[in-house]
Amino acid sequence: MSKYTEDDLQKELETKEYKYGFYTDIKSDTFPIGLNEEVVKAISIKKEEPEWMTKWRLESFRYWKEMIEPEWANVHYQKPDFQAISYYSAPNSKPKYDSLDEVDPELLDTFKRLGISIDEQKKLAGVAVDIVMDSVSVATTFKKTLAEKGIIFCSISEAIKEHPELVKKYLGTVVPQKDNFYAALNSAVFSDGSFCYIPKGVKCPMELSTYFRINQAGTGQFERTLVIADEGSYVSYLEGCTAPSRDENQLHAAVVELIALDNAEIKYSTVQNWYPGNKEGKGGVYNFVTKRGLCEKNAKISWTQVETGSAVTWKYPSCVLKGDNSIGEFYSIAVTNNFQQADTGTKMIHLGKNTRSTIISKGISAGQSQNSYRGLVQISPRAENARNFSQCDSLLMGNKCGAHTFPYIEAKNKTARIEHEATTSKIGEDQIFYCNQRGIDTEKAIALIVNGFSKEVLNKLPMEFAVEAQKLLEISLEGSVG
Amino acid sequence: MSLKDKLVSSFFAFEDYIDADSHIHEIRNKAIKTFEETGFPTKKEEAWKYTSLNSVLKEDYCVFPKKENSVEFKEVKKYFLHEIDTYKIVFIDGVYNSFLSETTHDKVDVCLMSSALSKPKYKAVIENYFNKVAKSDSLSSLNTAFAKEGAYIFIPKHREVEKPIEIINFATGNEAALLLQPRNLIVAEENAHVQIIERHQSLTDNAVFTNVVSEIFAGKNSSIDFYKVQNDNHGASLIDNTFISQKDGSNVSVHTFSFGGKLIRNNLNFYQKGEHINSTLKGITIIEDKQHVDHNTLVNHIEPNCESHQDYKGIFAEKSTGVFNGRIIVEKEAQKTDAFQQNNNILIDDKATINSKPQLEIFADDVKCSHGCTIGQLDEEALFYLRSRGIAKKEARALLMYAFASNVLDSVKIPEVKARITKLIAKKIGVNLGFNL
Repeated sequence: MSKYTEDDLQKELETKEYKYGFYTDIKSDTFPIGLNEEVVKAISIKKEEPEWMTKWRLESFRYWKEMIEPEWANVHYQKPDFQAISYYSAPNSKPKYDSLDEVDPELLDTFKRLGISIDEQKKLAGVAVDIVMDSVSVATTFKKTLAEKGIIFCSISEAIKEHPELVKKYLGTVVPQKDNFYAALNSAVFSDGSFCYIPKGVKCPMELSTYFRINQAGTGQFERTLVIADEGSYVSYLEGCTAPSRDENQLHAAVVELIALDNAEIKYSTVQNWYPGNKEGKGGVYNFVTKRGLCEKNAKISWTQVETGSAVTWKYPSCVLKGDNSIGEFYSIAVTNNFQQADTGTKMIHLGKNTRSTIISKGISAGQSQNSYRGLVQISPRAENARNFSQCDSLLMGNKCGAHTFPYIEAKNKTARIEHEATTSKIGEDQIFYCNQRGIDTEKAIALIVNGFSKEVLNKLPMEFAVEAQKLLEISLEGSVG
Repeated sequence: MSLKDKLVSSFFAFEDYIDADSHIHEIRNKAIKTFEETGFPTKKEEAWKYTSLNSVLKEDYCVFPKKENSVEFKEVKKYFLHEIDTYKIVFIDGVYNSFLSETTHDKVDVCLMSSALSKPKYKAVIENYFNKVAKSDSLSSLNTAFAKEGAYIFIPKHREVEKPIEIINFATGNEAALLLQPRNLIVAEENAHVQIIERHQSLTDNAVFTNVVSEIFAGKNSSIDFYKVQNDNHGASLIDNTFISQKDGSNVSVHTFSFGGKLIRNNLNFYQKGEHINSTLKGITIIEDKQHVDHNTLVNHIEPNCESHQDYKGIFAEKSTGVFNGRIIVEKEAQKTDAFQQNNNILIDDKATINSKPQLEIFADDVKCSHGCTIGQLDEEALFYLRSRGIAKKEARALLMYAFASNVLDSVKIPEVKARITKLIAKKIGVNLGFNL
């Protein structure tokens, strides 16, 4: 993303269409639509999984069948028909690639247009990329460098085969199969995702990253990510999403599990830019994600997210602060425009002593969108000296959109110290005037002010991501000023 | 037979016996139907997530007390604001007591709901206002179905009620368990002014369950100050449903002081139907033992240029539970709204619980809305400072707690009420503060 210039932005602003809305014609190995035990078994067989995994999937499927779709979120949408989705799709050029040369050139071209130049990233950014396109990993870089340190970074299907003891031990421990409707569905049919294990005392030398992308028409995406940071280790993990234009709604129900053992630290950053639907609110991705991290003693998990895409977002990256002295952080920017709806926030569950959590959430709503923050801070009776600070700020543009705050604060220990504050404001006419006066046009001025508003969160992103995120904010808000 | 079945089946007997005019009759029938369909709220409902009525509903309540009961004035004098002259509307076990009351029809009407519902002279007001702002949730509907008695206060244009009005509901405990459903209607027309103090008091430890609905209408540029004193015995539970409809330029404040009772739920709803309206919602909650106090507030900003201020303080000791669920809605027409909400809590003991849920729902862009919520303890350094100056631990703690809660008292306009509340706080904290306000 480093080659991005002002001219590019200008061009995008003029076209005002979803930048990544193209469709690559690659032969896909797609299952017939519908979901039943046979399909779940077939996915498992297709992926050559061991028997315990097949059983686990079937068990999840049985839980899912008993569950009903949640309705409590502040979003309205037409519920997806789960029997009208194909649950498996993998790019056809199988099996594995030893080098990038073997990769389908058309696929590589797609990634180039997405801005993920693998070669460039290899050289410049020092980022190892495990690219997920329609559910199956097709390219993994820097694997050797990582392997030297004992770091395992691969697709989850590979991990199931090669490191079954780790997967078996941790899969579903943070987000149980029956945690919620979408988590159960994901557990039953997850197609692929990333797996990462950092051994004891190892600091991962580079930012790990995956790029997700929904490509095949009518294909639900069910990613599963599992990151385990063993005692005293550190990892920073980036996840970015883009998806092509589609008319029918696409479903994305991912599960991300983070496990930070004693003294470990995980930093998980997301830039989410799924297709948000067109200006009339038609199409767009449904994003129902379950993300949760578990902190053991002195461990730290930090979630940073920039949410600009999706027609409907339902996402609450959470921290279970189980160990004493553990720390949870949540930094979020959620931007909604046109007819987008976002219900996002976090849960901080304080179980251990001296646990601390920080929540900074910035919501920006424009057009006719609805943006909600929903958060839970829970202090259990045993969590002595727990500390929480939450701040939720909303910025509104126009009177057709909405900004909502639903914080839940539950304290069961007298030593808890909790602070929560929320504000709502708009971009001041004087601020715009000040910029105009200095020759900055209104659209640019808005971008400037929004960037300032979101700075606290943008600062938490790794550098490469911060640049991309800033640009995304601008694109997402284009044409929102009347 | 469950309480719900008992209420539904006794409704028809009730209808025959009070013989109201057809207008009210229709409202009542609709309301009982709503209650029959919805029943008592359970923890499964979002609005009742943190408050369970199970412990209250298990009693076998007497729905219509048979005999008229009376009490001696000297027994209950302390519950009145006896230092100053007031109008008084007093009910004993739900029945009006003329001996303890002081009502008026001189320019303003301070009298009874039962006469307002039955006498033709009030018909116009009742038709205009009765059940016009109350929500049709299950508990309000239950009250509407059995609406019979309560306070009726009507202040015509440009009138100011020269002394405060006290509404007091006594429960004698002659029944083992009693259900009371008072219904109040307060109408202040344009530029009218009134101050009201409401109190529910049971005189024994027998179970009393009060489900009260108050409808308040504030006309243009009117001002209404409402003080709710909730310091009941531990057998008494209260569900207070208050609905306030405000017109342009009106100023309404509601102060809720919750110190006593087994379970208290305050549903306080403000609807701002005009411009330049000011709404104030304040509360102090100090509870212990297994007491439970739930403040559920709603401020609906419908028109532009309005303000609302909320400030709730809570101190929770022993096994008590506090709930704050504040909701501010700013509709898209309500530009230039200034809405502020604050909820501060102190937990004294390990078994005490706070559940706080301050919500903002905003659809307009040119607004100033903020909320803050804190949960913490007394400042150790402040305690040390006081103790190093020779103040005993207990008193030092009390001073800090008083300081924490007292800014809510600043906006109390009747000095005697302020003094009374200060005394109650001191008693509740268990010290003599050594000063009077």
